[in-house]
Amino acid sequence: MADRDRAVSDDELHAFVDGELPADRRKVVEAWLATHPDDAARVASWRAHAEMIRLRYGGLARNPVPPRLDVERLARADRKWTWLAAAAAVCAFFVGGAVGWFGRGVLVNIPPPAEQTVTAEALDAHKLYISEVRHPIEVPAEANHLIPWLSRRVGSTLTAPDLGSFGLRLMGGRLLPGHSGRPAALFMYESASGERYTLYCARSPSPETALHYNVAGQVAGVYWGDGEVGFVISGPAERERLMKIAQTAYEQLDRRTSRRSSL
Amino acid sequence: MSGFQHDVEAAIPALRRYARALTRDGDIADDLVQDTLVRALRSQHLFYGGDVRSWLYTIMTNLNRNRLRSLSRRPALMSMDDNDAADMAGPESGARDIERALATLADEQRSALLLVVLEGLSYREVADVQGVPIGTVMSRLARARAQVKAFLDGERPALRRIK
Repeated sequence: MADRDRAVSDDELHAFVDGELPADRRKVVEAWLATHPDDAARVASWRAHAEMIRLRYGGLARNPVPPRLDVERLARADRKWTWLAAAAAVCAFFVGGAVGWFGRGVLVNIPPPAEQTVTAEALDAHKLYISEVRHPIEVPAEANHLIPWLSRRVGSTLTAPDLGSFGLRLMGGRLLPGHSGRPAALFMYESASGERYTLYCARSPSPETALHYNVAGQVAGVYWGDGEVGFVISGPAERERLMKIAQTAYEQLDRRTSRRSSL
Repeated sequence: MSGFQHDVEAAIPALRRYARALTRDGDIADDLVQDTLVRALRSQHLFYGGDVRSWLYTIMTNLNRNRLRSLSRRPALMSMDDNDAADMAGPESGARDIERALATLADEQRSALLLVVLEGLSYREVADVQGVPIGTVMSRLARARAQVKAFLDGERPALRRIK
């Protein structure tokens, strides 16, 4: 690629693929590609990848636009807000001063989306407690009050899914401070070889979602929300296994099906 | 509705497509589109003619940069979703592979590649959107393509999707 008398540069190859070359250079590049199979192969692969991108995402532009993106509505809402904003700015000046004074030391944080927050907390808790040798859990699985206690504190009926089909045994659980200090529950599972997985449950007004896999270094978490509680299964970053475990836990925790089957 | 608003409205499907590919999450993408529209409508007086679509891409690029900055205070999470079958088009494994390949790119590189191949912007327009010289756009594009190729060439046979 570094040959001295190279007639066609890499930049020109890209410009060729993207239709940015003037006609005379295009002919030169075409002739060049006919005699340089390596470059021809690269150009072909760039085109194939562009086609994959268009296949994957191109169709999304044909999806119906949701009402919340309606331009007229957004413009109307914005006009209404303009004078409210002016009034609010005046208020904010005074209120802000007061809050700044009375709330000094308190950080004002705009929370990131529920999934990001809950997943990050879950992974923090996971990393902290899986390495704990003597006290990885607070209440052992054998204690009858484990589930009722955590359910009451989190404010939602929880169950610890049975992950025995993956060779995972429930060790027990603990209570944790979740987002803005609200209680969250952590269940810990262990395999015969000492591998640990955790299930984090935090009340969070999150929409129902599918399973989302997130990696943070050596560990990963699979998040889903059921509308009321955000769940995260964390463990070693092995995607396929973790997704299977999460799928099993998800099915057992799915309130709608459990309610239906109990009828 | 003003002509300006019509132009904005006409760009929404493309903005959603680009945002979805950029953020790899449907909800985050629509949040980003909504923020972009609100910002655009509010700053209409700052628009001095030209292509409304490019201008919207510019706003979105800046908003997305802010979003990533606020996320970076948290440990970096790399979303690797591949289970949104609803909007999956084309051969399933190819769609997932390219999504994962794009996920490995630096944000400006992914943005440059998507603006060119998905949105059909010229190098000049991408340079304006990203606020960098054309040469920078071309090197981002070259690095993005090399990385996508390396990722896909080194790819193991696709794993079965877990539904």
